[in-house]
Amino acid sequence: MNDVLAYVGRPQPRVDGPLKVTGRARYAAEVAVEGMAYGAVASSAIARGRIRSLHLAAAKAAPGVIAVLSHERDPGLPDEDDPYLKDMGAVPGSPFRPFCDDRIHFSGQPIALVIADSHEHARDAAALITADYDAETPQVDLMAAKAAAYVPPEPRSGIPPPPPPRGDAQAAFAAAPVRLQEDYRVAAEHHNPMETMATTVVWEGDGRLAIHTKTQGVNNPKTYVCAVFGLDPDAVRVISPFVGGAFGMALRPHYDLLLATLAALTLKRSVRLTLTRQQMYTMGWRPDTLHTVALSASEDGRLTSIRHAAVQATSRYEDYQEPTVNWSGLLYACPNVTLSYELAKLDTSTPSDMRAPGAALGLYALEAAMDELASRLKIDPLELRLRNYAERDFNEDKPFSSKELKACYRQGAERFGWDRRRPEPRSMRDGSELVGLGMATGCWEAMMQPHAARATLDAEGRLEVACGTADIGTGAYTILSQIAAEALGLPIERVTAKLGDTTLPKAPVEGGSWGAASAGSAVQAACAALKEKLLAQARGMNGAFANAAIAHARFTADGVALASDPAATVAYADLVRAAGGDGIAAETEFEPDEEFTKKYASYTHSAVFAEVRVDEELGVIRVARLVSAVAAGRILNPATARSQILGGAVMGLGMALHEETVWDATLGRIMNANLGEYHIPSHADAPDIEVIFVDEDDRANPLGVKGLGEIGIVGVAAAIANAVFHATGRRVRHLPITLDKLL
Amino acid sequence: MTPFSYLRAQSLQDAIAALAAEPGSRVIAGGTNLVDLMKYDVEAPRRLVDITRLPLHGVIPTDAGGLRIGALTPNSDLAYHPQAARDYPLLASAILAGASAQLRNAATTGGNLLQRTRCPYFYDVATACNKRAPGSGCSARTGINRNAAILGASEACVATHPSDMCVALAALEAIVHVEGPNGARALPIADLHRLPGDAPERDVTLDRGEIITAVELPSPRFGRHHSYLKLRDRLSYAFALVSVAAALEIAGGRVVTARLALGGVAHKPWRIREAEALLEGAAPSRAAFAEAADRLLQGAVGLGGNDFKIPLARRAIIRALTQAADGAPQSQSRKVIN
Amino acid sequence: MDQNDRRPGAELVPVTLVVNGETRRLEIEPAVTLLDLLRERLHLTGTKKGCDQGQCGACTVLVDGRRVNACLQLAVMRDGCDVVTIEGLGTPDDLHPMQAAFVARDAFQCGYCTPGQICSAVALVAEGQARTPDEIRELMSGNLCRCGAYSNIAAAIGDVMAGAAGAKEAAE
Repeated sequence: MNDVLAYVGRPQPRVDGPLKVTGRARYAAEVAVEGMAYGAVASSAIARGRIRSLHLAAAKAAPGVIAVLSHERDPGLPDEDDPYLKDMGAVPGSPFRPFCDDRIHFSGQPIALVIADSHEHARDAAALITADYDAETPQVDLMAAKAAAYVPPEPRSGIPPPPPPRGDAQAAFAAAPVRLQEDYRVAAEHHNPMETMATTVVWEGDGRLAIHTKTQGVNNPKTYVCAVFGLDPDAVRVISPFVGGAFGMALRPHYDLLLATLAALTLKRSVRLTLTRQQMYTMGWRPDTLHTVALSASEDGRLTSIRHAAVQATSRYEDYQEPTVNWSGLLYACPNVTLSYELAKLDTSTPSDMRAPGAALGLYALEAAMDELASRLKIDPLELRLRNYAERDFNEDKPFSSKELKACYRQGAERFGWDRRRPEPRSMRDGSELVGLGMATGCWEAMMQPHAARATLDAEGRLEVACGTADIGTGAYTILSQIAAEALGLPIERVTAKLGDTTLPKAPVEGGSWGAASAGSAVQAACAALKEKLLAQARGMNGAFANAAIAHARFTADGVALASDPAATVAYADLVRAAGGDGIAAETEFEPDEEFTKKYASYTHSAVFAEVRVDEELGVIRVARLVSAVAAGRILNPATARSQILGGAVMGLGMALHEETVWDATLGRIMNANLGEYHIPSHADAPDIEVIFVDEDDRANPLGVKGLGEIGIVGVAAAIANAVFHATGRRVRHLPITLDKLL
Repeated sequence: MTPFSYLRAQSLQDAIAALAAEPGSRVIAGGTNLVDLMKYDVEAPRRLVDITRLPLHGVIPTDAGGLRIGALTPNSDLAYHPQAARDYPLLASAILAGASAQLRNAATTGGNLLQRTRCPYFYDVATACNKRAPGSGCSARTGINRNAAILGASEACVATHPSDMCVALAALEAIVHVEGPNGARALPIADLHRLPGDAPERDVTLDRGEIITAVELPSPRFGRHHSYLKLRDRLSYAFALVSVAAALEIAGGRVVTARLALGGVAHKPWRIREAEALLEGAAPSRAAFAEAADRLLQGAVGLGGNDFKIPLARRAIIRALTQAADGAPQSQSRKVIN
Repeated sequence: MDQNDRRPGAELVPVTLVVNGETRRLEIEPAVTLLDLLRERLHLTGTKKGCDQGQCGACTVLVDGRRVNACLQLAVMRDGCDVVTIEGLGTPDDLHPMQAAFVARDAFQCGYCTPGQICSAVALVAEGQARTPDEIRELMSGNLCRCGAYSNIAAAIGDVMAGAAGAKEAAE
């Protein structure tokens, strides 16, 4: 087998790496077009009310201004929800429609768009726009709004509501010898990818548009703009080969896309609109969430009941929902479980999926409560998890397709040195610092989506694989190249992956960690189909292949050969030439195996271990070390896979210690809408992080892949918070744990 | 940004005259604060007078055994200047605790002195702020005030001064040299920054047209008995919640001279001579440090969100003085607080 | 060819910059930042805009050899300066050692902060102030990375520093 090039499962450097490290990778705002105009958005100063009058004259008269658009002079946008609901990420409710009327729904809402001949002229003119408002009192405080919490009347598509109760949690709780009920809260967060939202609409004439936009899936913005503006889908192309981070915020189209397209259509010219960092806080966010978790157990640490109730913020106009509490019925074997999920309305923009939506929040609360229970029972926190280990998905009463969480616990604990943990809090110190060791479990559903892909071999023996999915930093370009290179026996340098373009085979949005399993399976299937085509062509060219089935053929860098007779080889160049074209292509559509998914529950799992150092006197917390042991099926590329887990861990650290979007309650306005005061972890905050991938054999898809984008963050905040408790004896139940909470 | 004109000053007199001639003129050097404020439309100068080509660079020893730092000396150059780093490690440490390597490369000594507050309402033109728009009101008093002042605030303004460097300069009793339409003058740094009172729009006591030309440090006297301890919401690249510059001159087991200044707690670096005097003549001890801390924090009041700064500052003062007494200053790269 | 602003009402100021070794003469409004000049006038989009406020480091470039945030530099003030951007460090076929180390260590994901991280890291090595891993992390803290590639970035910088030290030893 030494002539077969093995790529899958090996740490292949990113194929898009050289472009990214040299600044040659072009992102949505970096497409240069002759005669392009620049947009800038003027934003609402109030959070709720109506615009009485807009003052646009100064902006219109400012240097270089071409046009100013707003709701005042009907910009010709549809006046009903339906077209906007073509957004595949739409949630129940009435989607935000910029410039549709004078109503203000959230602070920073776009109230006007300036188009000018330069970035500076647009920006400076937008700053001249003011408005008179009839302001109403906004509500942005979830604690106050929760009095009016409600069960969402219409579930969000794809998001299962909490499962029905099993057993009688209340009675079991009342009867249990050990009980615990606590409230937990995680502050609102914003995604803050390093690249802000941006759209460049290239006016190609005759109503044809090439739209370069930041998105996690090109088909969704295309469908959306076609619906909203009534455009012919054949006249619209959306391109997004590089995405400067998204973490969920570019699943739904935002107003940069809508307003840039509006301007381009209105002015019949190319327009770019880049949002500011401040404006990144006027859309999608991880919702402020209040949790109450009640656990009961027998003296020997068997859970007898779990109750988890969450109240989550949403906007006044939409019922955004996440699977926040469901995990609490899934993670442990427990006969009595009651889960509830409610929403409360705030005068903010609608929250959106942010890395491990629901799980990152819900599992923080559950795993913090489990730590408290372990402490109360005087049982090691890891041992408590093992005693309640679930071998079956009790929410859906199904077996798991695979679950190597026990191996995560074991290998993670060993690497971390969990056995050095002394059970008592405040029992470990090092100089002026208290040392704390904590752990938690992570879980995320392994999902798949229908996905198309195409594989094309050219006369030079170069292979191109193409599909419309996005590489938002995950490494999709690289893993798809690896899969394709290995399938055709080619050196990876001869493989090109093309992504992020609506002219390519159709892909879903890249989210939910389904990208590798879905796109990978599609590319693998396309390569398999291509191999069949190549073999068929070879049969007609070389008698030795006449009766060869695919199992008899070998695909190498040189061409198709017979396993039994390597001398019988037909070169790819000859195959392509004989087929009479530029290349031989095969396109396939991957469909997840529905029978399998009906029968099995499929999840990724992780065990996260954290060591924190806390200055006893000053409350300064340092995360000294993190170990994340992950069971996610087969790992296609250990290098990029590890990076995904590192990234999740750092974001989880931010959730635990730093990140908090802060609203002024009176103004309903975010007061830290920047990267200076909204603290994401810096280099100095990032600890040593060790990542372990445990072996896990899974059959949900032919690649055995489960996906990694979300699992890295889940459990991290709980592990750190639990470590802070172990260090200090202080239980902070409201993240982030800033130093003042430990004083 | 409001459009503005640009003048590259060829001489100091040129710059001073330009400032006097056009009331909307502002000096620009490193630009790390002013350009940011202009992008937020917090500042809208009609003309920028670029002084970066003036001969105000360089760090030169003085006859008095101190150091004269040209106002245009970048923060990083000062922090890494061999003599400054050797003789004034407290200053070098404070500078390196602030901002980022990139910002320190651009930011100048004079500009750092003139940094404006990071109060979120000052930065947001959609809100009321007496410092930005006199008479409009103070939103921070009843709003988000996690980083607001606990000392020396007024009804009109609760902003804090954000600089780290200035806290060390206050402890080191630096002299600020300025030049203006009426000639040159020198003032102690304690007299440069103002308390907000009823005119919070004025951060400093400089007259119109005055330009900072240099900062002078008296001869060094604290040896290794110093520390700059900065506490913030992440471990780097964040403004101080509370910071302490502590410097002690110790002889025969007793404190001869003590200098103590706080950052992040007031409209200016906070220093009370009496608090320092409490330490002088006594052996360094936790009790003495606590007494000095209590004196320095006398009259501190919180607004809700910043209440924690009072106990935090007290503990930080004690800790920084302990570090200084031990000759074990806080490292700005090793994050464990010794 | 350089593009100039020629709009009514705008005071234009001539500026000459040497960008990646090439002399560029432009006439610009004073409000144009070095970042916007690079991205919008010279189409050198490798220098990124993450915050436009000096709070993220994505726009880090080398001006006269020093790393600075291009977003806070008015281009007129840098008249006569030498500017090196990510495009000037290396090309995909001829990577600068720091660029190669970033690829080898998988020190990026989305790639958006990466040019700033690399420019900053190149300057960090030249400055010679960072000797320990803690010092590398502290002196790189002006470059935020939301993908969380920090430990790989630190490793890449460590590799380059070790390589430079090794090369120096070999030469001595």
